[in-house]
Amino acid sequence: MDGWTLTRVGDAALAVEFEQRIDPAVNARALAVGAALRAARHAGVLDVVEGFCTVTVVFDPLRTDVRRVAAELETAAERQRGSVEAGGEVALPVCYGGPHGPDLEQVAAFAGCSADEVVALHSGAVYRVYMLGFLPGFAYLGSVEPRIAIPRRRSPRLRVPAGSVGIAGLQTGVYPLEAPGGWHLIGRCPVGICDLERAEPFRLRAGHRVRFEPITEAEYSLQVESEP
Amino acid sequence: MIDVLQPGLLTTIQDSGRWGHQHFGVPVAGPMDRSSHRLANLLVGNRASCATLEVTLVGPQLAFGRDLLFAVTGAEFDLVLDDGRLAMNTVHAARAGQRLSFGPRRAGARAYLAVAGGFDSPPVLGSRATHVGSATGGLDGRALRTGDRLALGADVERTARPGDARQGVVRVAGPGARVRFIPGPHDDRFGPRGIATLEAGRYRITTDSNRMGYRLAGPPLEQAAAGELISCAVPTGAIQVPPSGEPILLMADHQTTGGYPRIGTVITADVPVVAQRSPSDWLEFEACTLEVALRALIAHERKLLE
Repeated sequence: MDGWTLTRVGDAALAVEFEQRIDPAVNARALAVGAALRAARHAGVLDVVEGFCTVTVVFDPLRTDVRRVAAELETAAERQRGSVEAGGEVALPVCYGGPHGPDLEQVAAFAGCSADEVVALHSGAVYRVYMLGFLPGFAYLGSVEPRIAIPRRRSPRLRVPAGSVGIAGLQTGVYPLEAPGGWHLIGRCPVGICDLERAEPFRLRAGHRVRFEPITEAEYSLQVESEP
Repeated sequence: MIDVLQPGLLTTIQDSGRWGHQHFGVPVAGPMDRSSHRLANLLVGNRASCATLEVTLVGPQLAFGRDLLFAVTGAEFDLVLDDGRLAMNTVHAARAGQRLSFGPRRAGARAYLAVAGGFDSPPVLGSRATHVGSATGGLDGRALRTGDRLALGADVERTARPGDARQGVVRVAGPGARVRFIPGPHDDRFGPRGIATLEAGRYRITTDSNRMGYRLAGPPLEQAAAGELISCAVPTGAIQVPPSGEPILLMADHQTTGGYPRIGTVITADVPVVAQRSPSDWLEFEACTLEVALRALIAHERKLLE
């Protein structure tokens, strides 16, 4: 838990790598280091990007130099030994199955249980947002009950509708916008996950805890209409 | 205003990029060839952050709605203003009503049109850069279409003079390019022969290449070490290797995070060279040190600012 290494990534990025495993405590430390680096607004730093167990700093090598960025990273990694939790709990309504969750039956077959049980397992847990990536506002949530941890589809869909809720291995997530995607889709969330026009564009942030609440098709229609 | 008479193949509004939001999964976008984009802005007296038009392979036809200064850099096109041929990398004055046509392309893949004052569009998260994949920025997050009208920023200071000319700063000629990369962070997963295989091979840019990344065909890079990687941030220039062994070179619109092993990262100074290559062109790779990468970048910057 204490160990970390500094890794060079080309000439314009450096990464702090913590223990390479998906673990809330390791992730919390990465998020704390990332938040400290972002708050420090070091000259020449363009982006600070947290992963499950890494923090990557992208910089302009003409405005700062790699030794200075390395020192900034080392200081942050040493100081942020504790984990500062971003906190925040978000409940997201999901209409499971039917046209909104075309793969629900397949996940049930994989798990060897009924579709209702898949819904109960998926909506019965509280998930951690480990990181955002893949698409603007896309949150990698973990971990699902191992029984429903179905691997990615062998061939990805060219179009996954915005709001789709999917599973890929132990991960689950909500597609913030229409995109190609290989996750098995079990439902759809009617509320917007990402709207870049809003003052607060992102509903989910790394460190948040997320619960899914099953809703009916009728409730889905009502809520989806209330969103812009 | 500028009216779009013909949009070209993929013409987008790009500024220096949507930085500072990658931790929310927001890609940076911005120009594929940052150097030629900057040269275009420098020529017409714009700040480096001003938006230009990135023109891809087949150029547009545009009608100017007011008098203005403009310049085109990067890939070499036959440029015509009404009936007169124009030079690349040169400041030109246009009058309201004149038409600029991009004719046949002679070399390179991407040209940049800067107008004094820059292109205007509603900034999204502080940037006008177009990211087509997420329909963000620029003109409704998409490439130009016939009939679009492009707003222009106020042309405040006229420091540029018509006829001012520069040399291009990025090599656009030839059917391929040799580019340098810094090995890592996962080069050890490819065994002792991994880097040697990459350096010895010639990789063709496949048609399955775009602003997100170039898929390359050539000697496969086999992974000696198995095991999954945990997703983390990936930079522009990263040479990532999916299980097929054929590398993907990440470019301006790349996703913020990835889980494929990366054998190396193309140096910042050479990314514009890659941006000027198109499908069926080749790339060769040469490992270098951080010191070489930084010297190349500083030399490149001097050339840009001379």
